[in-house]
Amino acid sequence: MAPFDLVALLGVTGSYLVYLGIGFGFGFILESSGFGDSRKLAAQFYFRELRVLKVMFTAIVVAMLLVFWASALGLLDYDEIMVKETWLWPGIVGGLIMGVGFILGGYCPGTSLVSVATLKVDGMFFLLGHVVGVLAFGESVGYINEFWNSSYMGRFILPELLGLDTGVVVLLVVCLALVMFLGFGWIQRIIYGRGDPE
Amino acid sequence: MNELSDKIRYWNPYVGGTLLGVLLFLSFFLTSHGLGASGGVNRIAVAVQDIVVPEHVDKSPYLAQMAGGDMDPLRHWIVLEVVGVLLGGFTSGMLRGRVRLQTYHGPQITPHTRWAFAFAGGILMGYGARLARGCTSGQALSGGAVLSVGSWAFMFAVFAGGYGLAWFVRRLWQPGA
Repeated sequence: MAPFDLVALLGVTGSYLVYLGIGFGFGFILESSGFGDSRKLAAQFYFRELRVLKVMFTAIVVAMLLVFWASALGLLDYDEIMVKETWLWPGIVGGLIMGVGFILGGYCPGTSLVSVATLKVDGMFFLLGHVVGVLAFGESVGYINEFWNSSYMGRFILPELLGLDTGVVVLLVVCLALVMFLGFGWIQRIIYGRGDPE
Repeated sequence: MNELSDKIRYWNPYVGGTLLGVLLFLSFFLTSHGLGASGGVNRIAVAVQDIVVPEHVDKSPYLAQMAGGDMDPLRHWIVLEVVGVLLGGFTSGMLRGRVRLQTYHGPQITPHTRWAFAFAGGILMGYGARLARGCTSGQALSGGAVLSVGSWAFMFAVFAGGYGLAWFVRRLWQPGA
């Protein structure tokens, strides 16, 4: 049953090829969706274009449904897949800083890579800044270690937080995505009198 | 490149999102974890640091867990994935004639202003991504799809930070006054 131990199955080189392939698909999809263009990404925050929301939440819903269907069918062991562990406050503060970085810089780390791959100079400056940022973190983490390791909750999932069955939460996430698509589209029409440009 | 021709050749976002969702599922199915980006950039940066100042890397617990002693920070799945992202993005751009040296910027600012803000935003993004232990790919997308509480809190924080500041910096991106 999945997930597999790739190294045992394919050897180190084989596993690297799989990751290279997954990355290739990831970069190809991001660029094809318009995410190598900072203007399209930033437009999300002004409701001018909702590509970021649409791509991201469609992807979350599709992946979520496939993961939980596959585990319901006994094809995939959900307990064995890596669910990001929760450090609540470092995640929230880091997220806020990244939101500010996103609207100032126009990219997130992944999208800046495809921007650089297509020779966008603003993406190069962003990526350079990103490198400075991670180096700065490495140098300063010693001073904020206590905060960085605070509010640790382990592998903590929404069904546990809400006290609901996983199936119900999956349905709620699908509904949330639909409500967001409709709600953001509604705001967009009020501001600009149109939907996303085709 | 004018905006119209860009728009025609970009995928419908629901199509891109569906394909991305299938890819993310395949990643979990085959490898047990989701997608990532910032962690790979981090490891590449640390690898350079390990060449320039190896003693310093060994003395810092955070850096040493990636590159201490004989450890090679590049021997990690996320580094391969980042290389793949670059190749995939390049290929997609080549097929659509979008690989060209240019600066994307809002209509009210110059390329130089854009570079300065891109650099500053990148610093915040890199720092924040390490603090949050993941970026939009690793946390929001991958953690979100498997219902991690921390990833959902993180995702709303990113949106809150972006939307909270957007109006004040609208000159960077919006047309007109």
